Amino acid sequence: MSIDTIQKPPIGQPVEQIAEKKPETAEKLVIFAWSGELDKVWPTLILATTGAAMGKETTVFFTFWGLFPLVKNQVRITGENWMQKMLSMMNRGGDEHLKLSKMNFAGAGPAMMNHLAKEHHVASPHELMEVAKEMGVHLIPCQMTMDMMGLKREDLIDGLEEPAGATKALADAQGAITLFI
Amino acid sequence: MSITIAKSLDLKGLSCPLPIIKTAKAMKELAPGQLLEAFATDPGSVSDFKAWAQTTRNPLVESSQDGGVFHFVLKKKEI
Repeated sequence: MSIDTIQKPPIGQPVEQIAEKKPETAEKLVIFAWSGELDKVWPTLILATTGAAMGKETTVFFTFWGLFPLVKNQVRITGENWMQKMLSMMNRGGDEHLKLSKMNFAGAGPAMMNHLAKEHHVASPHELMEVAKEMGVHLIPCQMTMDMMGLKREDLIDGLEEPAGATKALADAQGAITLFI
Repeated sequence: MSITIAKSLDLKGLSCPLPIIKTAKAMKELAPGQLLEAFATDPGSVSDFKAWAQTTRNPLVESSQDGGVFHFVLKKKEI
């Protein structure tokens, strides 16, 4: 680029006015929800519902550990073979059974966290999941992880969109704000 | 000329992200040019309301504080 092509502000126009021109805001938000812990699922759902409230087309693509919060709370053991069943035993699904990534203390940590949240009128992950559905957030489970972990569509909550793959997720992410949580 | 508020929201006691979510829902019901007022106690809502108004282009016509209560007035954008 030659120096001559650099645009100069037209004479008489204040420089600040030009500097104020911001890049266009993204119309979409796509979150890759990879984690299954309370302290990561919570911000995922806060950001997703807020994105929808800001008028952004919002998608959450749930993959790997992120799939387990989508398991119905009343479903206990999932999977067909002993490895998949063991996985669900060791890592209970459901948005009301989430563990903390630190200070879990065999469930005492999340119990205290939930107590504090109630005290401060903070919506729980379960409530935010319902809000997200109501606001039209696209909740998409990852098909490959479902197959590998032995999670069937009927093990997962209602209100999700068709399970999809990485291509669909990346296609949705074009031109969007993208977060990997 | 008196200013008419079309809808009033009590968001006192609620934490992020609920004040904005409830406001966004209520704003959907309004006709262009109508005003919505909201009362909140979450100190974070001051910057959240400003940011929401900027990104959604619904003007924030008032943002004030009375004790621990924040008062916001939003105008639904003209399409």
